[in-house]
Amino acid sequence: MLFRLNHNSGVPVYIQLMEQVKHAVAIGALRPGDQLPTIRNLAGDLVINPNTVVRVYRELEHDKIIELKHGSGAFISESAAERRQEIRKGQKVVQSAMEKLKSLGLGEEEIRRLVENELASLHGESEDSYE
Amino acid sequence: MSDFVVEMNNVRKSFRKTEALCGLNLQVPAGSIYGLLGRNGAGKTTAIKLLMGMLKADSGDARVFGLPVADTAEGIEIRRRIGFVAEEKELYPYMTVDQMIRFTRPFFQKWRKDLEQRYLKMFDLPSDRKIPKLSKGMRSKLMLLLALCRGAELLILDEPMEGLDPSANEDVLRELVDLAAAEGTTIFFSSHQIADVEQIADRVSIIDHGVSLLADRLDAMKDRYQRIQIVFPDGVPSSIQWVDGVEQLRQDGRMVSILAGRNQEAILAQGRSFPGASVESFPLTLKEIFLGHVGSH
Repeated sequence: MLFRLNHNSGVPVYIQLMEQVKHAVAIGALRPGDQLPTIRNLAGDLVINPNTVVRVYRELEHDKIIELKHGSGAFISESAAERRQEIRKGQKVVQSAMEKLKSLGLGEEEIRRLVENELASLHGESEDSYE
Repeated sequence: MSDFVVEMNNVRKSFRKTEALCGLNLQVPAGSIYGLLGRNGAGKTTAIKLLMGMLKADSGDARVFGLPVADTAEGIEIRRRIGFVAEEKELYPYMTVDQMIRFTRPFFQKWRKDLEQRYLKMFDLPSDRKIPKLSKGMRSKLMLLLALCRGAELLILDEPMEGLDPSANEDVLRELVDLAAAEGTTIFFSSHQIADVEQIADRVSIIDHGVSLLADRLDAMKDRYQRIQIVFPDGVPSSIQWVDGVEQLRQDGRMVSILAGRNQEAILAQGRSFPGASVESFPLTLKEIFLGHVGSH
């Protein structure tokens, strides 16, 4: 299986798994029509709570990444790949930002810290907007 | 009929002058894997023994499958539907592994012969060895086999992974996950191993001194709790009135480290309002949330 979880990171497992499915779609490892494992199989493979898998599949369905077909399982949706365009554009933005950061003389670890910091505050803000 | 398979409302239990449970509340929904965390003496085993009818509460209401555990007749009905692993891994000392299994099997109509064969093989149990000659890990495995093969709707497991090596530990976690996924079995277990709870539980209760300090979905707990670190390059201002939500605050030189249980955005904003302060926030592991609530020794 292509999913790997880190139980020591503090990031909820459902978020890690959702992100990994989205990433797999973005890089083309999972394509529209591909079938995801059953809840039982994925929970068993990763040794995680089946309700966590249920939640991941439900939220991915809500985000239109997958379609849940009753009785036959979860499939990557046709619309999921639309994001690939945006991801590619995003990748270019990140690449040019990296060039600029490097030209300022910042090292890899310094850049990583800056990015993680920005992501952390972004995460907090987006969470807030749900309330 | 409530949706909770296990329910405790304001349950109290004392032994002589020691109060083991001081108004414990617990609600275990059907189909969940529910982890009970606490230090030694927090009241985990007392709570479990009450549910199994091995102890009687002084006051309060304890129910399993909606039935009062204090009622003797209901108690028998309840226990037929539960698979149980006790903290003391004691079994009949004069029996061998095989005899113990053959002795237990006829008591349970729904006994799962398929699982029995599977676990015997997986756990590599020596069928003709007498129980006192089994190691602690093997005794745990045998008790798990006896509990998991009953075809029970509810598993109540008190430190079930005690003495298991890492690979057997992972096997047991996987089997528990599979029972929950395939059969909808509700699993209520206590453990010192926070990592085990963090890996398979969807709901967690942290208990200390006989009360529940925190009970929620594990996801929700992790979403809610954060560590916020604020560095004041010119030293920490002497009188900060922190906004609500700061559950624990530690100052170390120029840095303030906060355990935030809610209101994170307001705390972060307050930190950023100081010129020059650098503010970071980190997700917390279950272990950090646990230690934040009960403290370390």
